[in-house]
Amino acid sequence: MKTYNTDVTIIGGGAAGLAAAIEVNKGGKEVLILERGIELGGILMQCIHNGFGIKEFNKELTGPEYAQKFINEVNQLNIPYKLDTIVIEITLDKKIYAVNKIEGLIEINSKTIILAMGCRERTRGAINVPGFRPAGIFTAGQAQRFVNIEGYLPGKNIVILGSGDIGMIMARRLTWEGCNVKAVVEIQPYVSGLLRNEIQCLEDYGIPLITNYSLTKIHGKNRVKGVTISKVDRNFDRIIGSDQFIECDTLLLSVGLIPENELTRIAGAEISSMGGPIVDNNLETTLEGVFACGNVLQVHDLVDLVTAESKRAGRNAIEYINKRYKKKLKGIEKIHLSAGHNINYVKPDNICLGEILGEIIINFRVKNPDRRIQINIKDETNKTLYKKKKSYVIPSEMIELKINLNNMELNPKCNGLIVEVIPQLEPLIE
Amino acid sequence: MTECEDRGIIKTIRCIVCPTGCLVEVRKDIGGEISFQGYTCKRGLEYAQQEHFDPKRIITTTIRVEDGIHPLLPIRSDSPLLKEKLSYAFKIIAKTKVKAPIKMGDILIKGIADENVNIIASRDMIKKKVE
Repeated sequence: MKTYNTDVTIIGGGAAGLAAAIEVNKGGKEVLILERGIELGGILMQCIHNGFGIKEFNKELTGPEYAQKFINEVNQLNIPYKLDTIVIEITLDKKIYAVNKIEGLIEINSKTIILAMGCRERTRGAINVPGFRPAGIFTAGQAQRFVNIEGYLPGKNIVILGSGDIGMIMARRLTWEGCNVKAVVEIQPYVSGLLRNEIQCLEDYGIPLITNYSLTKIHGKNRVKGVTISKVDRNFDRIIGSDQFIECDTLLLSVGLIPENELTRIAGAEISSMGGPIVDNNLETTLEGVFACGNVLQVHDLVDLVTAESKRAGRNAIEYINKRYKKKLKGIEKIHLSAGHNINYVKPDNICLGEILGEIIINFRVKNPDRRIQINIKDETNKTLYKKKKSYVIPSEMIELKINLNNMELNPKCNGLIVEVIPQLEPLIE
Repeated sequence: MTECEDRGIIKTIRCIVCPTGCLVEVRKDIGGEISFQGYTCKRGLEYAQQEHFDPKRIITTTIRVEDGIHPLLPIRSDSPLLKEKLSYAFKIIAKTKVKAPIKMGDILIKGIADENVNIIASRDMIKKKVE
């Protein structure tokens, strides 16, 4: 068995892994990327539409263009990577075992590991729809890969479940390729993706958007013959008598993404209820020297934010190797951050006070859309330490706060903070 | 006559500049003059004017590629193309085949449906190794 030694091993060569690798290399440390696909770039390579890079490059790029810029930089810097290589185990002492066709089983010893495996799509199993298991049911990203990379169409008459951005972008993509997209069906009363996609992907092509409806049956035994959709009430319960049949041969599911943490689990890191590993403000997991960034940690709306987060993970990995920051601190010096009113999740899960140099970044998503709200960070005694007003919040937009705990009147005995989103108390001055 | 036509509104445009999504009304007065109402910022007015007089879109699709590691190459137009010309452009792209190796930014079709708009490669496409 061949053995490699390096400072930092990065698992995953997509948007997150590439940005982290470049940052580590620029910081003077050795880095190795392990990628299971046949090329670098990850999921960006199949996201051929534009709209990437507005924050990072100040212009609109397509997914492959965004990835290519990073791939070119990795090549210029001579950063080593292994393609077609899948990690099968991470041990507690940070040994990585991986396999590929050329070398067979390999072992990698590194001082730190950065997890950058991305996320995967929720499938039919996650939404419990009755019916047989006919051909013609795809997740939206799977269909996207077939259409944009492999060169196959999933079908002719298509119904898309879920109005997230991938679902709407696939509606336009399939229309361009000559398919008939019969409807995009959304269980919520509102579109879950960006307004821009609703207009440029659906309205431009007259594709019906059916909100407040849910999929209740898939028809067909060998091939999808149609779907039944039903109107739902406020609790998402089916309203009897509201069933509608739509004839189609293909059903695309765009029903959410989940961080892909099988390896994280094998390694022994603790996973939070939202699916990503528990991390502190350094993006370090509960395993010392193992960091996580990108969609494996939390599903981002913009790749630009993945890049920024991953650079941060890269820098922290270097700091860890240089031992510039102290190891985990015990007791009251670690603050737990929890989700309060109208908050779906919040990252990081913990803040290590002893390591704070200044600003820390907090990300969260709301459960329900709201207007004229106030974001509060409170301690356990209900004392508000931070507040910020915002004109609107929507679940599909991840919110980022940069806060400086040094400026807060933090009780030294505090061991928990709560983030909440509540309606503004005083009227907005206009 | 509908209520909209009565008030001189010929179209409504939902602004996509920011998530507020203002509804901009496009009005035509008796003299034929076009005016915009309902936008709440300068960028919103610019967007509505562009969208009413000259709606344009960037094309992002794929093109067949020979000898590449994939059968398709993602491509884009280097500038926006008039909406009405999109379907013509797609037809030209569907008839075209390119050959690897290709570098990101290479011009693959010069002047598609508009002499100032070119189709360029969205990524590198290396040659497939023959075993």
